[in-house]
Amino acid sequence: MNIITFVKRVPSTTTRVLIKDDNALDPTGVEFVLNPYDEFAIEEAIQQKEKSGDGHILVMSFGSADSQKELRTALAMGADEALLLQNPDAPNADGATTARTLTAAVKEREFDLLLFGKQSVDKDQHGVGPAVATALGIPCITEVTKLDITDGTVHAEREVEGGREIIEAPLPCAITCQKGLNQPRFASLKGIMAAKRKTLDIVETDMGTPLVEVLKMEMPPERPAGRILGEGVAAVPALITALKEEAKVL
Amino acid sequence: MTHILVILETRDGVLRPSSLEAVGAARIAVDGLGGGTVTALACEKFSADASSLGNAGADKVLIASAIEHSADGAALTAARVAKELEASAVFLSATVRGKDLCGRLAAALESGFAADCTSAHTNGGSLSFTRPIYGGKALQTIQVNGPVVVASLRPNYFSSAERGGEAVVEETSAESGKGRVVKIAAKEGGRPDVAEANRVVSGGRGMGGESAWHLLEAVSDALPGSALGASRAVVDSGWRPHSEQVGQTGKVVAPELYIACGISGAIQHLAGMNGSQCIVAINKDADAPIFQHATYGIVGDVAEILPVLAEELAKVTE
Repeated sequence: MNIITFVKRVPSTTTRVLIKDDNALDPTGVEFVLNPYDEFAIEEAIQQKEKSGDGHILVMSFGSADSQKELRTALAMGADEALLLQNPDAPNADGATTARTLTAAVKEREFDLLLFGKQSVDKDQHGVGPAVATALGIPCITEVTKLDITDGTVHAEREVEGGREIIEAPLPCAITCQKGLNQPRFASLKGIMAAKRKTLDIVETDMGTPLVEVLKMEMPPERPAGRILGEGVAAVPALITALKEEAKVL
Repeated sequence: MTHILVILETRDGVLRPSSLEAVGAARIAVDGLGGGTVTALACEKFSADASSLGNAGADKVLIASAIEHSADGAALTAARVAKELEASAVFLSATVRGKDLCGRLAAALESGFAADCTSAHTNGGSLSFTRPIYGGKALQTIQVNGPVVVASLRPNYFSSAERGGEAVVEETSAESGKGRVVKIAAKEGGRPDVAEANRVVSGGRGMGGESAWHLLEAVSDALPGSALGASRAVVDSGWRPHSEQVGQTGKVVAPELYIACGISGAIQHLAGMNGSQCIVAINKDADAPIFQHATYGIVGDVAEILPVLAEELAKVTE
């Protein structure tokens, strides 16, 4: 099975976010990591390759030169080959522009399965996987928590508001991975050593005119200061009164 | 004349409540851009209530009676209708299905998209959207370039137009897709999903263990329409399913009332619930960061406070 999986370098979720020039993230002091949902995609790629008996995993990223680190992590986990579509402005690209750029690179290759994280935890757009699949004319199943591929048919499960959907689609297919799909492995020392010998191609990539323009970035409004109503059970009546009379939410 | 297409979400023939919010947002946007038409499209079999959709802001409702739900089929249908109507924008709800469809539609229409928006603006005669990024730690205001503006709107942030009137209901053909939903299993427990609920009762590691969850269930039972939520630590410990996780790597919620019990307030959790209208924090550690963000706080042991809270709430909400 030929698998392409996609990764992005993002600020860690434990990091504090500050804004620079009203339109971009201030990277000073920010810890960057492999997008956590992409770890599920890499792990799934490795498991599906093992299950199919043979195959190849290409890990691809549209990113700045720094993204080599995240690609090396994916290689250390078990991907076979990496490709960096390099552009210094890639970290600020919107989902549609990213999808357009990735689609052009995917089109040149043979594949059975595309594996994405369900979202990147920076711009939280949830749209790159479905957009790439649509541009390629293949089905896509998003936010998958269970995946089984038998005889060229994908059987997947996902959670939707208030229920679970069981979805079927033929290969080639795109999947976006949700927490719960698998338990991503840590790269072993052997894996890290092996990754150094694997191919990481870097291709300077033009992203064209962005499809989304950022007019402004700002911090969310501060919440008005709240108050401690008291200690223990004795404070419950005051809370009920405040919820009813003041906040008017009961 | 502006024409905005709204994609309705239905399940088992029933409209999801957030679809009426998207219709209302489209009405306000169309009116803000100088007037025009709002058309709502259902991509599955659905018996439309012409007056509730008309009241929400739709002029017309189109029903494409696909036999089964297919996300790629729905995207093809929606893209075709958007082109036929020469729509300048397509609005959806940012639900699991809506977020999925948003990216597909943008690609099918060769346009950009604005996902999970919390407000829409029409100043200067063009549409722009504000949306949380970095899990709500910052906001960005963006404008979509491209032939059609595709935008998904976060549930609980927009409202129906409440303008009276009836929508005209018509049928249209449905495209078929390669992927199909073969089964939908309803969630057990009868509580709404945490991302859609208007009230959330949420627990953290300070609850002590999964056996303490009956305390939260009792509070939730006393609050009609409420959902259960959990912190990441709780989900990572296996006490509760991931579907209940609130935070940057879980669900982002904005209910009227969020009750955080035994939750210290890690930055990634705060990002996921900071949009709540009223936040109540109950925690035995008076220095817990959650108290900086809560509207009301009680310092104390959840095991003692929650049963009393459940009892007192039941008296008020009955």
